Amino acid sequence: MQTVFSIAIDALAYGMVLFVISIGLSVTMGLMRVVNLAHGAFAMIGGYLASYAARDLGLGYAIATLIAVIGTIIIAIPIERFLYRRIYGAPELTQVLMTIGITFCIIGIANFLFGPTLKTIPLPQTLQGSADLGFRSIATHRIFAILCGLVVAGALWFFIERTAFGIKLRAAVDNAAMAAALGVRTEVVYAVSFAVAVGLAALGGVVGAELLPVEPYYALRYMVTFLVVVAVGGAGSIPGALIACLLLGAIDTTGRYLAPEYGEFFFYLAVILIVTIFPRGLAGRLK
Amino acid sequence: MAVSMNDSVTAGLPVRRKFDTGSLIGLVAIIVIGVAGYFLFPNNLALLTRIIAIMLLVLSIDLVTGYCGVATLGHAALFGAGAYGAGIAAVHFGITEPLTMTVVGAIAGALAGLISGIVILRAHGLPQLVLSIAVIHLFHEAANKASAWTGGSDGLAGIAPDALLGMFQFDLWGRTAYIYGLVLLIVVFLGLRVLVRSPFGMLARGAREDPIRISAMGASVKSVLLRMYVISGVVAGIGGALTAISTQVVGLDSLSFTLSAESLVMLVLGGTGSLYGAMIGTVVFMWFEDLVSAANPFHWLTMVGALLIAVVLFAPKGLYGSGAVILGRFKGGRK
Amino acid sequence: MSALFEVRGLNKNFGGLTVTNNVSLSMTTGDRVALIGPNGAGKTTFVNLVTGHLKPTSGDIRLAGQDITGANATSRVRMGLVRSFQVTRLFYDMTPEEHVALAVLQREKRSGRVMGHYAGMPEVMDEVREILELLGLVELSHLKVREIAYGQQRLLEIALAMALRPKVLLLDEPAAGVPQSETARIEHALDKLPSDLAVLMIEHDMDLVFRFAKRVIVLAAGTIIFDGSPKAVTQDARVREAYLGSYANASSAA
Repeated sequence: MQTVFSIAIDALAYGMVLFVISIGLSVTMGLMRVVNLAHGAFAMIGGYLASYAARDLGLGYAIATLIAVIGTIIIAIPIERFLYRRIYGAPELTQVLMTIGITFCIIGIANFLFGPTLKTIPLPQTLQGSADLGFRSIATHRIFAILCGLVVAGALWFFIERTAFGIKLRAAVDNAAMAAALGVRTEVVYAVSFAVAVGLAALGGVVGAELLPVEPYYALRYMVTFLVVVAVGGAGSIPGALIACLLLGAIDTTGRYLAPEYGEFFFYLAVILIVTIFPRGLAGRLK
Repeated sequence: MAVSMNDSVTAGLPVRRKFDTGSLIGLVAIIVIGVAGYFLFPNNLALLTRIIAIMLLVLSIDLVTGYCGVATLGHAALFGAGAYGAGIAAVHFGITEPLTMTVVGAIAGALAGLISGIVILRAHGLPQLVLSIAVIHLFHEAANKASAWTGGSDGLAGIAPDALLGMFQFDLWGRTAYIYGLVLLIVVFLGLRVLVRSPFGMLARGAREDPIRISAMGASVKSVLLRMYVISGVVAGIGGALTAISTQVVGLDSLSFTLSAESLVMLVLGGTGSLYGAMIGTVVFMWFEDLVSAANPFHWLTMVGALLIAVVLFAPKGLYGSGAVILGRFKGGRK
Repeated sequence: MSALFEVRGLNKNFGGLTVTNNVSLSMTTGDRVALIGPNGAGKTTFVNLVTGHLKPTSGDIRLAGQDITGANATSRVRMGLVRSFQVTRLFYDMTPEEHVALAVLQREKRSGRVMGHYAGMPEVMDEVREILELLGLVELSHLKVREIAYGQQRLLEIALAMALRPKVLLLDEPAAGVPQSETARIEHALDKLPSDLAVLMIEHDMDLVFRFAKRVIVLAAGTIIFDGSPKAVTQDARVREAYLGSYANASSAA
């Protein structure tokens, strides 16, 4: 019982972290139809920046997180402007190559600047302990991660469903050419969405650093995990991504608890099964 | 398809000539360069042999990516299966005859190709790419777990191939291994030249360009792609077996995502949809790797990334493809 | 007499919308039938149902006495139900000769061969030459398809269909996009189709329809409203209404 409970909490926290990181990828992929393999690299940059700000500069956790998010967006803007814009609408293989190239560059640079070791982001006192629920106690950080996921999901829902920008965004996802003809400046929509996506990735990289440790190969190690969320959830679908994250979080965490000696074997097996059963994604099946 | 086969590249496929001059030129080029390599870099034969092995992997990717249009980031699974197949045959079953080991590697590669193909061809687009990445990770984890057979993360050591044809020992300088590799490459090259010109080769090119038209002709696109995957597995498996024979050890890196991605990069660097592009890309990339990692191993990945971005931006047809276009224009201008 | 090709009570609903409504028709050897209808009549859906790209909600399709309703698109082609495309679908980097050779090899179940070249297979080459000659494409046989004119690409579409030796051929607007001056060549090519082949042509160009078809079927709003001779079609009140509707004062149908 105790194990089941721990697995459930860890899986939920892991799933939510996955959600925070991948939802931006899902939205941008749905919007710009770009196969972006470099998304994890931006989460990694966020992790590094927060670690640097908190450990080397001695700043507080909240400030460090803010620096990480803003810093990552600032780094990403020229990359979007000069590299991503060249591959919007390009064939898939071109997009794969460009974004893998970007990923390799970021890994190489991170390795050079920060070295190959794991980087931690010290948690503030309030997030370190555990909360007593009466019958069990849960690590506060897990609760924090889950809350972050919920807040992001809610905020995104509001942003997309209830704001003027959201209307433009949905129009552009649905039919970019039509939206452009109606006067929506799709370039601006793309740029803003990209910035939000990257910012969320950075946030997820910081919040999830306890579960997905920050090191140079982070971007490659979790690349498939983030892509799977989109492939399984369906690009551009928030509920799809949420379900996919919780499902994958549960599978991965259960595998680690029950059969750690198999590594990620069961995770990848599950990925293959899910994608072959739902080749158009869970949301694609629902439609 | 990013780097579609352009006119000048296809012009390499003679339409009616029964005698295939293109193959002859390629054959001569491979022999001349191969022999030159033997005499110019006698101390680097191990690297040259490695280049040949990877070249076979890249040719194998070209079959599914260049000729059939399937983008995959998991092709090292086929190569690694060949390497482990040959290695396990030698270590656990005492099959140390090099030709037999190569055949075992080819069969293992074909089997891995069949499995990967069945999985990967279930989906299209992003899900397909995700499947290919998941497949290579799955193979990697499986090989890691089955350490009794594969040696796990320590690698499979103790592969001791017999003398080639009972006459040529695999020597310390890697001369025999290099020449064996060169012969394998020539055999594969000629085989692939025949394949891409064959009816099946035409069918595959058609399936890449317009799958709907192919099915309107009554051919099943999926079966074409799956058959190509198996053939591609044979080629990659031979490459894997060559590594097992020449280095006498097989490591988990032969089943890695990084190898899959790098070999795709080599293909695109050279130019997809042409056998020469695949071979040129491998040589340039690996030579570059050797140079850079000797000078500054820290920046290797950065350089690969930058190279990749540069290729996408400035030479989307790859070195061979772009070269052929320029040459074609030059020729056209002189007419 | 049993029909070569028969569609019985075919229905297709998308959600609540009925796009194909109880369509039945039959064709025999050598038939030349034109299927016409105003835009939105459901011609494309009908083609997709017949070729196997859509599954009908109900009804069945028979070819040479065999029920093919459950067969997929590729096996229908192998059974002899072949289509051409309204918008040319060809391999732009291949030559007309390669196209026809591929179709012949596919029909002969030799397209899976990994050895040899079709140029070294005399029986294949003879047939390829014959088809290209018949359609006047010989001079172009070694050019890349991207280098030949659109009208010639349309002819190649017909050549491919012939090379597959179908029992029933569905020609989806064979003259679509071809300039008026060149439709004569298309027509000429259509005349060369084997006389025992049953042809169902979907076409907008009424001149072509009247010259080619011995029988005309009119589809409107998913239902067959007319099935008879080309002569009678212009006189039919329902056809006039379906086509002219709001243009009631126009003088002739189509």
